[in-house]
Amino acid sequence: MKIAKSVARYIGDVIYALKTLLTGMKITGYYFFHPKEILTQQYPENRDTLKMFERFRGEVILIHDENNEHKCTGCSACEIACPNGTIEIINKREVDPETGKSTKAIDKFVYHLQMCTFCNLCIIACPTDAIKMSQDFEHAVFDRTQLTKVLNNPGSKLMPGIRE
Amino acid sequence: MNTETVELGKETQEYFINMGPQHPSTHGVLRLLLTLDGEIIKKVEPHIGYIHRSIEKMCEHDSYQQIVHLTDRMDYLSCHMNNEAVCLAVEAGLQLEVPERVKVIRTIVSELTRLSSHQLWWGVMGMDLGAITTFLYGFRDREMITDIFEETCGARLTMNYNVPGGVMFDIHPNFQKRTKEFITHFKKKLPEYEELLTGNVIFEERTKDIGYLSKEDAISYGVTGPSGRASGFSCDIRKKHPYSAYDRVEFREVIHTDGDTYARYVVRMDEMRESMHIIEQLIDNIPEGEHKAKTKAVIKLPEGEYYQRIETARGELGVYVISDNKKSPYRVKFRSPGFSNLSALDTMARGCKIADLVAMMSTLDLVIPDIDR
Repeated sequence: MKIAKSVARYIGDVIYALKTLLTGMKITGYYFFHPKEILTQQYPENRDTLKMFERFRGEVILIHDENNEHKCTGCSACEIACPNGTIEIINKREVDPETGKSTKAIDKFVYHLQMCTFCNLCIIACPTDAIKMSQDFEHAVFDRTQLTKVLNNPGSKLMPGIRE
Repeated sequence: MNTETVELGKETQEYFINMGPQHPSTHGVLRLLLTLDGEIIKKVEPHIGYIHRSIEKMCEHDSYQQIVHLTDRMDYLSCHMNNEAVCLAVEAGLQLEVPERVKVIRTIVSELTRLSSHQLWWGVMGMDLGAITTFLYGFRDREMITDIFEETCGARLTMNYNVPGGVMFDIHPNFQKRTKEFITHFKKKLPEYEELLTGNVIFEERTKDIGYLSKEDAISYGVTGPSGRASGFSCDIRKKHPYSAYDRVEFREVIHTDGDTYARYVVRMDEMRESMHIIEQLIDNIPEGEHKAKTKAVIKLPEGEYYQRIETARGELGVYVISDNKKSPYRVKFRSPGFSNLSALDTMARGCKIADLVAMMSTLDLVIPDIDR
């Protein structure tokens, strides 16, 4: 009697174990036969259609319009707001040929991508909305020095009417 | 097993083994010095500091706005809550009243963060016990939340969405729609989680009656969060000291009294349901208004000490700020949940086997950057 009971319990345990294992297998089996519910993206192949969200923080860029003009006055607000010293603004004095007045203008807007934590504080600090975050996320380069970028285009100028 | 060897009359010798710092199941660079007798654990000595970045010291040189992004890098899975804790402390110091809209947005994003953290934990817990399936399933559903974050906050993990006085941007027009979609989706998927792991006989054998932590021990070690609540320690800051919009939502504090690994698992699974319940109550009732209260460009806290506690996905996070009326704080101290939870590991693991230690560590849900800071 005792043996029969223990044998029955043993068989019961085995059936219970099989049942619980099969419940899990049922789910994986379902997905095996429904491949449309699998969400894998074929990343390097879908590059052309892959669009990041508008607010995605890729890297800092200085916006230039078609006349090669930007809005950066060189006030250094972004440089102060940055927690890591990512942004370095080098200013120069420029003499206005018409009025003869000497004004401050940016010579180089240096951006060290290798130090950036993408916290967005510089974009918020900018009083003229001259910089923004681009959606580019492929930052890999062969040499670290290539990560230090000068953001203002050569020969670019301040957009008229910004300083006022 | 220990008694068997004594009966055989053979002398056994204790030996030491290093688990980590590069071990896949320690979830980061944590080194555990194990004292073993055969396969039985006699003592666990955690050695930490491999990913120490001196965040507290760095805070002393940064302005109050800049501190916020550093806390992303502590417990990266509940980054929004970390940011919120700092912002609440600064707002308390400034005696700044944040708009109602901000409170509700912060609460919704916090709960989404908690959900994504628990989903990742569930996946990794299965993987630690040898089931890769759960890892992929957990990440599949987490992807929807990271998409919501990416659209509204601009980043998937280190979001830095909070600023002192409010949130950085207003919510994206798609935010409510996407969140509702996620809730309906995940309500269907959560029973799948239960079927895959909860009732599974192998899983039950490996978690039940393993890693017992009594309520007294939990309190004396300061184990908080789901790990503490699984031992019967009622420690939910959202209930005890409500912040943001938690005072106006109805939810249950999940408490179990078993105190073993399985109980910690069940508490987290139930917490996911409660989080969804909280989001459902708030998502349609986001009040109109500003997304940020006006603050000065240079924030200076009045001289004094400020403390803010908050419930992250892992437990109680405390932010203690001492200000001397300068633009950066005199001292910042973070009371991180992971550090206190780790301290209870030795008590839990004594007498268990090495394989059980892995299960225990994954239900404590350790995040190593949170422990080291």
